[in-house]
Amino acid sequence: MNATEPSLLRRLVGFNLATGIVLAVVGYILGRWLGDQIHGASLDYMSESGEDDVSLALGYFVGLIGFLVGLGFANYPASRLIGRPPSLPRPDAQGIGRYFRLTPDHKVVGMQYFTGIGVFFFVAGLTAMLIRTELLQPGQNIWPPDKYLTLVGTHGTLMMGMMTSSVLGTFGNFIAPLMIGARRSAFPRLESLSFWLLMAAGVILLTNLAFGGFQTGWTGYAPLSEEGVSGIDGYLFFFATVGLSMTLLGFNLVVTIVTMRAPELRWGRLPIFVWGIFTTSATMVLAAPVLTVAMLLVLLDRTAQTTFFYPAAGGSAYLFQNLFWFFGHPEVYLLMLPGAGILLQLLPVFSRKPLWGYRLAVAGMLGISLVSFMVWQHHLFVSGLAADLRPFYILSTELISIPTGFIFICALATIWRGRLRLEVPMLFCLAWIFNFMVGGITGIYNSDAPSDTTAHGSFFVMAHFHYTIMGGLVFTFFAAIYYWLPKMTGLTLNKTLGKVHFWLMFIAFNSTFFPLLIVGFLGMPRRIVTYPERWEFLNAWSSVSSFVLGFSMLVFLANLVYSMFIARIPAPANPWHSTSAEWQTSSPPPLHNFDNDPTIGDPHDYGRAPEPHTPGLQTAAEGG
Amino acid sequence: MSSDKQSQPERHRDLLWFLLIWVVASAVLTPLYIIFVPLPANGNSNDATGQHLDNGVLDAVAIPAVLLVVCFLAYAMVRFRQTGPEIEEGPRVYGHRGLQNVWIVVTSVLVTGLFAFGTWRILAPGAAGSGQGANPLSPASTKGGVSPLPVQVIGQQWQFTYRYPTYGGLETPRLVLPYGRVIEFHVTSLDVIHSFWAYELGVKADANPGVDNVAYVTPTRPGGFDVRCAELCGIWHGYMFARGRVVTRPAFERWIAQQKRFFEPVTHYLPPYSDSYLPPPLRRGG
Amino acid sequence: MTTRRKGILGTAVGAVVLFVLSVLYVFYFTIQPPRVQAAADASGSTQLTLQTVGALGPDYEHPAWVSYLVENAKGEWIHSTEIELPANTLVHVTILQYDSATGLRNPFFARPQGTIGGVIDVDGKEVNIVDPQAPAHTFAVPELGVFVPLPGVAGDASNTCSAAPCTLDQAHHTVTFSFRTRGPGRYRFQCFVPCAAGYYAGNGGPMQRYGYMGGYLDVV
Repeated sequence: MNATEPSLLRRLVGFNLATGIVLAVVGYILGRWLGDQIHGASLDYMSESGEDDVSLALGYFVGLIGFLVGLGFANYPASRLIGRPPSLPRPDAQGIGRYFRLTPDHKVVGMQYFTGIGVFFFVAGLTAMLIRTELLQPGQNIWPPDKYLTLVGTHGTLMMGMMTSSVLGTFGNFIAPLMIGARRSAFPRLESLSFWLLMAAGVILLTNLAFGGFQTGWTGYAPLSEEGVSGIDGYLFFFATVGLSMTLLGFNLVVTIVTMRAPELRWGRLPIFVWGIFTTSATMVLAAPVLTVAMLLVLLDRTAQTTFFYPAAGGSAYLFQNLFWFFGHPEVYLLMLPGAGILLQLLPVFSRKPLWGYRLAVAGMLGISLVSFMVWQHHLFVSGLAADLRPFYILSTELISIPTGFIFICALATIWRGRLRLEVPMLFCLAWIFNFMVGGITGIYNSDAPSDTTAHGSFFVMAHFHYTIMGGLVFTFFAAIYYWLPKMTGLTLNKTLGKVHFWLMFIAFNSTFFPLLIVGFLGMPRRIVTYPERWEFLNAWSSVSSFVLGFSMLVFLANLVYSMFIARIPAPANPWHSTSAEWQTSSPPPLHNFDNDPTIGDPHDYGRAPEPHTPGLQTAAEGG
Repeated sequence: MSSDKQSQPERHRDLLWFLLIWVVASAVLTPLYIIFVPLPANGNSNDATGQHLDNGVLDAVAIPAVLLVVCFLAYAMVRFRQTGPEIEEGPRVYGHRGLQNVWIVVTSVLVTGLFAFGTWRILAPGAAGSGQGANPLSPASTKGGVSPLPVQVIGQQWQFTYRYPTYGGLETPRLVLPYGRVIEFHVTSLDVIHSFWAYELGVKADANPGVDNVAYVTPTRPGGFDVRCAELCGIWHGYMFARGRVVTRPAFERWIAQQKRFFEPVTHYLPPYSDSYLPPPLRRGG
Repeated sequence: MTTRRKGILGTAVGAVVLFVLSVLYVFYFTIQPPRVQAAADASGSTQLTLQTVGALGPDYEHPAWVSYLVENAKGEWIHSTEIELPANTLVHVTILQYDSATGLRNPFFARPQGTIGGVIDVDGKEVNIVDPQAPAHTFAVPELGVFVPLPGVAGDASNTCSAAPCTLDQAHHTVTFSFRTRGPGRYRFQCFVPCAAGYYAGNGGPMQRYGYMGGYLDVV
């Protein structure tokens, strides 16, 4: 910090997070006041319930607008309105301040996503610990039932809303443009907007505590979400905003990958991770708006007294389930595809073999994202909705295991006869293969309508999707962190702590969720605060394991803090001996990504060959 | 395919060892699992028995598949692991058309087979005990001309009540069923979405407001069963459970008579039996 | 070096702030209404006295909400639904009902069940049925099979109660009945009348919050 730099107070003035927070509070107060003016005598229910959903919804809305204005998102539209020529935002200088405002730099947005989602990941993880604490013993013990359900809902909603963007936001934004040799992303403002919307949404969700919590779980089925207390408005606003954020995030990445690839990078040579990001983003752009619409319709029912979901007034409880799962099932694959991309990108690096069956892997990803739109009613097998269509949904759901099988055979065959180096990222990738196998196979039980009669709505389903999401997405997310964080920060993560983290997490994860598969088939429904004594052993086992799982996250946090702030060991230029383009620039990359135009070779080209793979790439000489 | 340090027989030896381990593990563990893990509950009704069979078939596919991955990973991690500072490169293999085609054919056949099996089970009379909506595609077959016993399940926050339309529309808070007779559940709700789950009977059907959701079961032996709500319905969702009973036909008739006596005062207040009820108030305003 | 020191300092401060926030967050979830012990009378049976009010009044967090109140051993009215009862005991319940009628959504609950003799006593009159349109609330412990309708006061009654706790000189019905507790456990009780005015199906708000129209009989 030198003398020419302005003082901290001076730097706080301007379009940045501090201004955003101030304007958010002002906007919230303004919105509440507006709401109080509007409803007057026309909505008599408010005098009876004492709760004013119109005012609260307007408070959230105007507060969100204020937040974005404070961050500077209105500047560009405003300057265009008064006739200024179009321009790109000016890239920031280096320094901590650029992480707290609108930034055109995709690398900064990537780091923002990493940190922001990380914080909410830990909050949501904490709620999981609290849930398991209640379920440690039969009977209701610690949390009253309404607060227990709020915990369950907060855990599910935060995890679903935040973690969908975890890989895309962090590594899609940071790494994918580097991999395709781009110097920026296609829509830098939208990219930044998607991040700040997500953070605002997270805060909005947590404010539900002040309004009685929400007792609907993350699915928020309609008649239930319409009758609850005002805390549900926070849930609805969270998902509506997250849907918008996801749409923008996916849109920017799709356009970036389509239009901004280096000239020699044809579709047939695109790194498989970029294919994962591309298929995920395309699916996201099509699926996420449905979520926003569904949430806003419920909000309209709650505030403007419309009747979309009131059966007695011509609405339908099925309508919400249809809308929600039309988003909800592609959503599941939004969580799986980036993981598959990371897996197939990293396996060749650590097996020292080319990716086996590149075209098959791409076909698998495209197939999954296509079929994922045709399966949603398998969530409604016992609901009585369009029961005659169940054979179709059995077929479409089981069809999706064919493209998933492509990814498995590509992964397994890449490993076969390779020279496996069990580095930390590789361990997490291998864990994906096992976890997702269990997750995928248990999915067959849910896709088979007769078997699903028992599995539906039970702990079996809950454990199944934790195997796919936590075992799939979160494990590969950690693989990507250990793999790419040296690139993003230029600093090395501690290897020993990484291995401790991995083994604790892998064992505790399986030990937590495998008993829950069994307890589900024994008849335990989801989201219950109390259960009979005969399920105590399995539940207690799972709870204790989940505490170990939580502890393993603290090991990761310790590693992060130690490596990034205390040890600060500079990372080698190419620590994993990778051939893909992101390792051709310095770590962290300069402002415009590449000092020289990168040479894009085959990104999965490993294995014994007479000539060096890529110019400028160091191999064995650097050492492990 | 480029050159490889391993000779042809050596490569085949890896493959054969792995396949041997996998086949042995599957052949031993799959039957053990299917025989000794009795999930879900078996034998209390035609649906429960059927679902047990379904799960057995799925197990027979699932366990070898999981073992394939487990054995593969274990074998690869032990056999192909490489340590030390020197990076050694693996063989430059980009794919194998034959293996790829075999894999696609095998997974497709498995998927088609599972689809055919699942569809056959769902189209069988009674449709495996899951809710089929108002107009069941596959109603339960009625042997010997005995018509099914209709029982209406009414979900409300937070209690299931039951109506027996063939016994004067009697409503009770307890579920008692005769065994050996086809039961036709009509599941509906008065407020939010619930899900009627009779675990030991293998029945699950969502209770939607304004909807008649039909599910069939034939209890095959007397005993108790759990009734739980399987869809989050609000604060007391976790407490929406009760024990139901399957009894002999005379005991069932005695129970009905006793219930009729007890609920006689309220009978004429009940609304006429209907597929669904939409009592006021549903909109806001108490 | 300064970057490193700043990093350590920033991390430490951040960790402390996050830790404090987490503790507050967990603490929020542990807040429960106070626990009230039912009074035992001389004959060895237990006396439980409740009242149901139509609106809690300005002294409470939600002035417009309906709620149960319970009388403790000192005769004070406590806004709580966490009630301690002895196991395997006859409990004599007196409920002073001050709210006006809403009517049952399911008329079936108009029949008192699970009480001794299957009857209840309304203002000194023993009944085995009430008009399904009459109840303002019910007192129901489904696990014990107890369902008791609580008739509402007439809408045009003078001297209606508008803020808790209500007093005996205000318009009310007195419902008395007895039931027997079983073994130790936490038995939930709730209301089956859609009494949460202003919410869909009358089942939101106070019906969905612990401590208002639902709670636990903690049998020990």
